[in-house]
Amino acid sequence: MTGSNIASETGEPLLDFDVAKIQQDFPILNQTVNGKPLVYLDNAATSQKPQSVIDALVGYYTTDNANVHRGVHTLSQRATDHYEEAREKVRRFINAKDDREIIYVRGTTEGINLVAQTFGRENIHQGDEIIISAMEHHSNIVPWQILCEERGAFLKVIPVDDSGELLMDEYEALLSPRTKLVSILHVSNALGTIVPAKRVVEMAHARGVPVLLDGAQAVPHCPVDVQDLDCEFYVFSGHKLYGPTGIGILYGKAEFLEAMPPYQGGGEMIRSVTFEKTIYNVLPHKFEAGTPNIAGSIGLGAAIDYVDALGIERIGAYEHQLLEYGTELLSRIDSVRIIGTAEDKSGILSFVMDGIHPHDIGTILDAEGIAIRTGHHCAQPLMDRFGVPATARASLAFYNTKQDLDALAQALDRVMEVFS
Amino acid sequence: MPGLNDLYHEILLEHNSKPHNFRPMDGATQSAEGFNPLCGDIITVFLDLSDGVITDVSFQGSGCAISRASASMMTQSVKGKTTQQAEHTFEAFRLMMTELGAELDYDTLGDLESLSGVIEFPNRIKCAVLAWHTLRAAMEGRSEAVSTE
Repeated sequence: MTGSNIASETGEPLLDFDVAKIQQDFPILNQTVNGKPLVYLDNAATSQKPQSVIDALVGYYTTDNANVHRGVHTLSQRATDHYEEAREKVRRFINAKDDREIIYVRGTTEGINLVAQTFGRENIHQGDEIIISAMEHHSNIVPWQILCEERGAFLKVIPVDDSGELLMDEYEALLSPRTKLVSILHVSNALGTIVPAKRVVEMAHARGVPVLLDGAQAVPHCPVDVQDLDCEFYVFSGHKLYGPTGIGILYGKAEFLEAMPPYQGGGEMIRSVTFEKTIYNVLPHKFEAGTPNIAGSIGLGAAIDYVDALGIERIGAYEHQLLEYGTELLSRIDSVRIIGTAEDKSGILSFVMDGIHPHDIGTILDAEGIAIRTGHHCAQPLMDRFGVPATARASLAFYNTKQDLDALAQALDRVMEVFS
Repeated sequence: MPGLNDLYHEILLEHNSKPHNFRPMDGATQSAEGFNPLCGDIITVFLDLSDGVITDVSFQGSGCAISRASASMMTQSVKGKTTQQAEHTFEAFRLMMTELGAELDYDTLGDLESLSGVIEFPNRIKCAVLAWHTLRAAMEGRSEAVSTE
């Protein structure tokens, strides 16, 4: 059976979730692309921004723009207040103990590089091992490879099974006295797998090994409590959380951040400087050299307000229903094979089609107004594991609907038509 | 947006499903690898060159319909030609891929003209020229892999 046969099944709205109203908060969604209403299913790459986030950016530049933590003048004080209020919102959102543990960075990638270049350089030595998983994004592979090469250390990889679930026995076997860090994603960008992060941390801690969790794909879609997870580091990006690009968060336990050397030198991160000696600033400023992305931080704060108002748990539950609906739709198309079928999954539908390259799928879907991602999703080793050069990936957000997924299924019919 | 039919027309789909000269070549005098790091497309072009003439050409690899069809048409186009003629054809092809409305050298292009619709899909142009860049590397005897980036 093919997609067009089931379009009529679009029925009741899911949960108690007024998606039509929510969509009005996202001005970008109200447009046609190639003559068709835009269906945006590339949320794992970046999410769209609600009007409140756009307003926060415009408002900051319109009335409050000044440098933070420096001036005695009113604008500088306002900018500083808003900048620090946003940090407090982030702290609350991920339930960190203290504001000092929330470091502003450019995004997940910079957060991981920061840890690699500070904690890593201090603690990883010749013969040591760092454990990652087979599902990692290149941003959680390459920084460790650079470090390992520099230090003569080794990268160990936890394999996954055919559904895309972490092989926990193999993980247990990899943990050794040489293991100095476990750095692993919380949710897979390419497969949607939700990793049992708490268990991963517990097993590492049983050996005294600290853990970094890459939460880029988790924070926008499920509640994250860093104290409950008990990880030493947690990183995520603002732009996948309905906030602006160029802003992200590194959470670190205060005792770890205190012990780490600074990442970059410059203004803001110092307490006093002479030509003989510099005394570094306290947390979090020690890791925030230079004028930061003030507008981005404020925009991220506005995004968290928006998500909080909807409720992250409701968002997760709604997206899960969408995922189940989409999985069912795609499963009915014979030539479609879903890659990533873990029990515990986030709203990501990665798939391949018999004899049709994902890029061609992407181009044909674009002509139908449907935006998906095609390619290796910055996870080439994972593509190799599944024996595919690339996949097509539809990734969901709370402003998507069952109708969006019906449109996807219908467009896949069109793909088959073109290639018939 | 130009119609999909300008892109995925019959000739392209035919070359995609039954590519010509899609085989490895024992005794190739030279070969080169090309890849597109953005999408993972990978191609190897094999040549049998004798006195500056391409007596045989073939390719292998994996990629989208556009890259595969383009490679297939390329092998048909340059087989039996001198490397200079092949270079000349590449230039004509590249002009067709990069300058909308350019005056095209239809005599040189021949069947390759059927790929002209690709220019309307800017993010697919690299797919179409990958094989040609790889051919050039093979003709020049370069050993490092060619990248579209």
